[in-house]
Amino acid sequence: MGYAICSVFLLALLAPGLTRIAKPVSGWLMAALPLTLCVYFLSMLDATAGGLTLQVTWPWLPDLGIRLSFFLDGLSLLFAVLVCGVGAVIMIYSADYLADHKCLGSFFLFLNLFMASMLGLVLADNLITLFVFWELTSLTSFFLIGFDHDRDKARSSALQALLVTGVGGLALLAGLILVGEAAGTLELSELLQSGDLIRQHAWYVPIVLLVATGAFAKSAQFPFHFWLPNAMEAPTPVSAYLHSATMVKAGIYLLLRLSPILGQTALWHGMLETVGGVTMLGSILMAIRQTDMKRLLAYTTISSLGTMVFLIGLDIPLSIAAAISYMLAHVLYKASLFLITGIIDHATGSRDLSALGGLFGKMPVIGLVAILAALSMAGAAPFLGFVGKELFYEVVLMAPRAAPLSILAALLTSIFMVTSAALLTVRPFFGPARSDRLPHGPVATNLWLGPLLLAGAGTLAGVFIGIIDKSLLAPAVSAVQPGHSVKPLALWHGFTPVLAFSILTLASGIAVYFRCDWYRAWTENWSRRHHYGAETCYERLYSGLFTIASRLTLIIQNGRLRNYLLTVFISATVLVSSTLLWNGGIRFPTVWTSVNFGDLILAGIILAAAYVTSRVGHRLVAIVAMGVIGYGIALIFAQLGAPDLAMTQFSIETMTVLLFILIFHRLPLFSRLAPRRAMRFDAVVATAAGLLMTALTLAAVSGPTDKRLADFFAKQSVPAAHGRNIVNTILVDFRALDTLGEIAVLGMAGVGVWALLKLWPKERRKP
Amino acid sequence: MEILMALVVGGLYGTGVYLLLRPTPVKVIIGLAILTNAVNLLIFTAARLTRGHPPIVEETLGRPSYPIADPVPQALVLTAIVIAFGVLAFTLVLFRRAAETTEADNLDEMRTTDT
Repeated sequence: MGYAICSVFLLALLAPGLTRIAKPVSGWLMAALPLTLCVYFLSMLDATAGGLTLQVTWPWLPDLGIRLSFFLDGLSLLFAVLVCGVGAVIMIYSADYLADHKCLGSFFLFLNLFMASMLGLVLADNLITLFVFWELTSLTSFFLIGFDHDRDKARSSALQALLVTGVGGLALLAGLILVGEAAGTLELSELLQSGDLIRQHAWYVPIVLLVATGAFAKSAQFPFHFWLPNAMEAPTPVSAYLHSATMVKAGIYLLLRLSPILGQTALWHGMLETVGGVTMLGSILMAIRQTDMKRLLAYTTISSLGTMVFLIGLDIPLSIAAAISYMLAHVLYKASLFLITGIIDHATGSRDLSALGGLFGKMPVIGLVAILAALSMAGAAPFLGFVGKELFYEVVLMAPRAAPLSILAALLTSIFMVTSAALLTVRPFFGPARSDRLPHGPVATNLWLGPLLLAGAGTLAGVFIGIIDKSLLAPAVSAVQPGHSVKPLALWHGFTPVLAFSILTLASGIAVYFRCDWYRAWTENWSRRHHYGAETCYERLYSGLFTIASRLTLIIQNGRLRNYLLTVFISATVLVSSTLLWNGGIRFPTVWTSVNFGDLILAGIILAAAYVTSRVGHRLVAIVAMGVIGYGIALIFAQLGAPDLAMTQFSIETMTVLLFILIFHRLPLFSRLAPRRAMRFDAVVATAAGLLMTALTLAAVSGPTDKRLADFFAKQSVPAAHGRNIVNTILVDFRALDTLGEIAVLGMAGVGVWALLKLWPKERRKP
Repeated sequence: MEILMALVVGGLYGTGVYLLLRPTPVKVIIGLAILTNAVNLLIFTAARLTRGHPPIVEETLGRPSYPIADPVPQALVLTAIVIAFGVLAFTLVLFRRAAETTEADNLDEMRTTDT
């Protein structure tokens, strides 16, 4: 099982090379592995139907409880089969669909990466592993939506999808970590036993909110739904595979997977019912407004996802079976319809419902396949969609809360779903033909084979629902509801209220179809006057973020040295002085070295010179005053037992003054640039900083002192370094490497100085 | 003497900070030089002052005649003085070059930001 995922990752890496070598058969090459894996997973049907689960564990970060562990039960098997089965069909289709595209190789790379990540997601046992694969699907989705990256719209849609699902992913990560902390384990297979522990935990509410946010963002639930219609910028096979069949089902998978752990509470049921209900009804109303076939399909996909969330949320044992059958039906008919849309787009150059017509005569096979898929979508017998919708009604009629509202929402959703199915097939295939929108030639086998297989599977699964239920659906349901015995599914239930609802739905749906133009005109008018929605909100947030960032940058990074320095000095002064005052750090030395008259004169000269540098308006005077300060300090060093320092300071100060005098006539003149207020403010800051440093110096000389280093050097100077001047031996012997480094730094500074003085661009060489 | 030194350190720090906040390049560089001197003096003072006894081993005694001035801060300050000169020289020619290239005579004109 782990090797299955690895093999797809490996195929992804080989995909560009294989595509280059064998382009004509690349689709079949790519499909071989998913087909094999599909057969492999199907071969485990018997095992999982018997309630067995398979586990594989590889250590990853054992100290953090993170393992690359996978497990297979009925639910993950169903999803794995769908991922591989639909994946194989998509591969064959894409090779023909994108045959002329120059980046077919990298397309297969991303598609295989996605397939591997999706497989990892549905098979993961460890929650962190699950999360990693979850994010990988978002990333690959980003690359695939933006596959035609020279179009602006494709790029911005890709970014939007990534940001929305990414924010959801972060919420999910937080939720999963909380689950792990609350239950003490990150393994799903162990968590399934400890649902009560988490439901009674203090963190239960944040866990549910965070996890549900992640799932809703991924499965395009209100208010995160807007990214999915925009994701239709992706090539059509990607829309079919990621954005209807598999990736958007990841949220559904997660909700199903966690419902034994988090479910059966009022919060869980209430939230899923509300969000799912709003999404399914709201987006189907948006769907029938669309004239672009892909956008129409996208909105119906959101609606179906909403229905699944709604069903998972309903507090009825049968509802899980309803959600899973509805999902299987949706995968089969929706992927098929997407692929047909791609064929029509390729053949006629348009997917505008109002421009297409009379295609049935030109492409009868496609037409038949489209009708099969659309009938399943409409929920007509004997297709799998019929089973899904019957269960939907059956469950809703038993709804424990807000039954009238739920029934109304379900009825309206299903009616408009019939209308959408009719919109997709009736006019394009049987409407009046338009000469400029007719196909150029026959459709390649590889293109129509995929939709045919998917729609055919939907039909057969409906007819043989007993077998499908027993081998595929029932094990998945019992993985979510262990111990529940659900009655076997059947196509015919007899004359029940549900059947009456179904007939009513079909009839009303067709009736609405004939009134559709009126509805479109009305909503068009309405939406022109109302411009709010989740997408507007997203755009405001997105542009607002940039505005705030640039304003903040302008404040923080304003390019003025004075402001930067003021920030540093004021914060340092305030923080250090308050700490000093708070902790009683202001102290005076108890033991003083004596002061003589010469010291007082010297200190007076230094301070006077310092005052002169800050006040004088003439550059030469300021430089001389600076020199006076340096020489004064040298004299202090000489007085206090530091002749080496005094000598160094003398020579360096002399060189500094000389350098200044050599250079300064090339520097701009002094001018009073700062306003008086700024100068006064600076003086206050500078005085505060000076006072603080005085206090710190006094505090430093008041505390105890440690002479061990001084004693060590005094003892070792002669025996170890053969020198009597201790300062010299420290510099050139004990810390010789430091001194070498210092010499290197000086050397580099010298090279820099020389380069800055001597090197100029050719056209303006300076003397 | 310690209090006197603390006052000198504080005065030099204040002057250095004030000069660094000026828009004129020469003043900023002078401020940098004064601030360096202040830091050196602070390190030197913080290790206690000893008048007139350099840290030298007496040839006859085979050890210094205690009390001596602490040699460790002296070694540190000596390094600092030399490095500070390198920094100062580099800053000086850098400002000169910047002033010539941008033809700006104050720091507020020599600024760029990312936004």
